[in-house]
Amino acid sequence: MKQLMLGNEAVARGLYEAGCSFVSSYPGTPSTEITEAVAKYPEVYAEWAPNEKVAMEAAFGASLAGRRSFCGMKHVGLNVAADPLFTIAYTGVNGGMVIGVADDAGMHSSQNEQDSRHYARSAKIPMLEPADSAEAIAFTKLAYELSEQYDTPVLMKMCTRVSHSQSVVETGERVESIKTYEKNPQKYIMMPGNAKRRHPVVEQRTRDLVAYAETAQINRVEPGKSSQMGIITSSTSYQYVKEVCGDTYPVMKLGMIWPMPEEKIKEFAASVSMLVIVEELDSFIEEHCRSLGLACVGKSNFSCIDELSPLKVAAQLAQPWQTGVKLEEAIPPRPPVMCAGCPHRGLFYTLKKNKLTVLGDIGCYTLGAVAPLAALDTTICMGASVSGLHGFTKSQGGAADGKTVAVIGDSTFMHSGITGLVNVAYNESNSTVIIVDNSITGMTGHQQNPTTGFNLKGDPCAKIDLETLCRAVGIRRVRVVDPYDLEQCDRAVKEELAANEPSVIISRRPCALLKYVKHKAPLVVDNDKCVGCKACMKIGCPAISIVGGKAKVDNTLCVGCGVCQQLCKLGALKEA
Amino acid sequence: METKNIMIVGVGGQGSLLASKLLGRLLLTKGYDIKVSEVHGMSQRGGSVVTYVRYGDKVYSPVIDMGQADFIVSFELLEAARWTEYLKPGGKIITNTQQINPMPVVIGAMEYPQSLAEKMTAAGIDLDAIDALALAEQAGSAKAVNIVLMGRLSKYFDFTQEEWMQAIAQSVPAKFLELNQKAFALGANA
Repeated sequence: MKQLMLGNEAVARGLYEAGCSFVSSYPGTPSTEITEAVAKYPEVYAEWAPNEKVAMEAAFGASLAGRRSFCGMKHVGLNVAADPLFTIAYTGVNGGMVIGVADDAGMHSSQNEQDSRHYARSAKIPMLEPADSAEAIAFTKLAYELSEQYDTPVLMKMCTRVSHSQSVVETGERVESIKTYEKNPQKYIMMPGNAKRRHPVVEQRTRDLVAYAETAQINRVEPGKSSQMGIITSSTSYQYVKEVCGDTYPVMKLGMIWPMPEEKIKEFAASVSMLVIVEELDSFIEEHCRSLGLACVGKSNFSCIDELSPLKVAAQLAQPWQTGVKLEEAIPPRPPVMCAGCPHRGLFYTLKKNKLTVLGDIGCYTLGAVAPLAALDTTICMGASVSGLHGFTKSQGGAADGKTVAVIGDSTFMHSGITGLVNVAYNESNSTVIIVDNSITGMTGHQQNPTTGFNLKGDPCAKIDLETLCRAVGIRRVRVVDPYDLEQCDRAVKEELAANEPSVIISRRPCALLKYVKHKAPLVVDNDKCVGCKACMKIGCPAISIVGGKAKVDNTLCVGCGVCQQLCKLGALKEA
Repeated sequence: METKNIMIVGVGGQGSLLASKLLGRLLLTKGYDIKVSEVHGMSQRGGSVVTYVRYGDKVYSPVIDMGQADFIVSFELLEAARWTEYLKPGGKIITNTQQINPMPVVIGAMEYPQSLAEKMTAAGIDLDAIDALALAEQAGSAKAVNIVLMGRLSKYFDFTQEEWMQAIAQSVPAKFLELNQKAFALGANA
C-alpha cells in the first residue's frame, strides 16, 4: 500500500525491514525522528544515549555481537563521534552497522553548515545519499548489505529537506538478521601491530567499492534531449535539477557519494559538451571530477554557502524563472522566541540585570541571545560553555571572577558538560556554572535524557541526580533555584559569584510545554494602575505587548508564570 | 498533470503541520505523487513557519520556490504578506485576518504594517481574507483555525465533501471530529 512518509521515518522503516535490532542515538535536528520512529517497532531496541560518541560505540558493540545496528545524529554530532568512526573503519563490522548523519545546509537549526561528506572520504567508509523517502527505505536496506559484504560501517547521509519531507513510499516485510560473535583479536584489537595490518585492508576495500560504484544501480544516468551540458548531482540537488530542467539534459545521479565511480564519470563527461556539478555546500563531487582530470563547472557558479533551491539552480543553469509580486512594505521579521512561561526567562533576566558575561551552550536557552534579553556572549558547541568558562576565568587570574558564568541545559550537561565541570574542579578555576534544568531535551522536541527518569520508550528508569553528580566531581557549592522566583535567582547568582571557589547553580523548573506541567490562569492588567512604563517588557515575553499605552496580556499564550508580575512596581499585573 | 503547489504559512504553534498532513492524506487517496516538506526544530518556537505541499504526476523538488505557489494558505496576516513573492501569477492567497505581533513589534523596534490586506489587493494579488479565528471560536475552539482555513481552501478544489471529511476524520482526534467538521463548514461557507 502506498503511503506518505517523512524521510526520517523512512530511514526507520528501512532499519526495521533490514532486520536492524539495535539503535542508539543522540537527538539533533534534523535527525531526531529516525530514532523516535524506529522506537515504535517492538522488534527494534532503541535508546537515547548521552552523546553521539557513546551512541556510536554502543552500536558498534551490537554489531560486534552479531546484530544489525544503527546510530543516528546530526552533522555536528558526527564530530563528537569521529573518534570511534575512524577506527571502526579499520575493524569493520560483524553484524551490519549503519551510521545516520543529517546535514543542515541553510542552518535551519544548527550552529554551522559543515558538509559531512568529507567524513566518508577521510574515514574511508562508504556513504549513501537518498533523495526522497522511497530511496531512504531502499538505501538503508542496501547499506546493511554493503556493510556486511564489504565489512565496513556505512554512512547514510540525510539532509534537512530529505529528512523533513514526506513523500510516497511502499513498505516491505522485515527480514531478521543475526550472526554470532567470534573472538578475532587481529580484527578488533586496534593496537599498532594489528592496525598496521588493517590499514591496507581498508585501502583495498575502497578500491573494491569503487569497482562496485562503477556498476551500482544507485549511480544512474538519466538521458537528456541535449548533450550541450551534462549534470552530475545527488540528493535534493538532483530534485532541484530535475525540477528546473526536466529531461532537457542528461543527469548522472549519484546514490553513493563515497567512493565515487571513475570510469563511469569519465564516460559521462565524454558524452556531453560541458560537465556541470550541482551539489549543496562544498565542492565534493567537483574535486573528484577534477582529480580525474575532467574540466567542469561547479562552485565557480554555485555557492558553497546556504542550501540550494530550484530558483538558484535555474539562475545558474540559465533557465527561465518568474517570481511573484514583492510588496513595497517593511515586513518585520518573526524570529523564534522563548515561549511564554519558559523557565529560562527569569534566569536570563537575572544574568542581564547583573551585567554578567555569559558563556552559552546549545539548546532552547540559546534564544537567551535574542533581544531584549540579549544575555549570551558565546555559543560554540555542546559543552563548550563549561570548559570555555574555565579557560576564560583561569586565564585572567581572578580579573573575570564574579563577572562571568556558564549556562548549560540538563541534556547538554549530560552530553558533554560533565567533563568540563571535572576540569573546573580538578584545575580549580573560580567558575560558576549554571545548569538550566528544564527536565527534558527541549529544542529538538522533548526527548528524554538521563536526568529525566524516563527512557526513549517512556518507561521509568534510573535518574541522574545532578546535585550529587556535581558534588561527586568535587564542587562543594551546589544550590538549586526556581527561575520563576527572580529574587531567589538574583541572590543565588550574587552569592555564588562572590564565593572564592567553583560553584554550580541548578536553575530548575520543567519546560512549560511539557504535558504534565499545570499552568496557572493567565494574568490580567489593571488598567487603572498600569502607566505603560514597559518594565514588564524587559523579559521579551511573547504574551505581553503595549496597546494604547497600557500593557496587554495575551490570554491564549500566558501561563501565569508571574515573572512579569515581579517586575511591575505598581502591582498592575494581577492574577485573575 | 502539471505539479500543483500549496504553501501553508503561519506562526509556530498555530497548527499548520496538521493542515499539511490532512492535505497529504486527501491527495494520496487520489493517486498523486506528493511531497510535503516542513522544517522542525528551532523555528517552531513562535517563529515564522512554512510548509510546502506539492502534488502531480511526478514531483521532484520538496520545496516551493518564488513564483511557484498556486495557493498560499496563511494563518496570520503578516505571514501572508511575507510570502507574496512565492505566488504564481494567477495564484491565490487565502489568509486569516488575525494579527500576531512578532518580537520586533512587541518590543517596539518595528511597527506592524497597516492595511496589509488592502495593500496586497492593490499589488494585484488575488486575496481571500477571512476571520478564521472568529469562525474557529464559533465552531468551539480557537485551535480549529487550521480546519477553518482548509474549509476555505476546499472551495477552490473539486474534491468531494466526503473526501475532505474522510481526511479530517483521519487527521483529528475522534472527540474533536464534530467541532472540526463544523469549523470546516464555517470556513467553506464564510
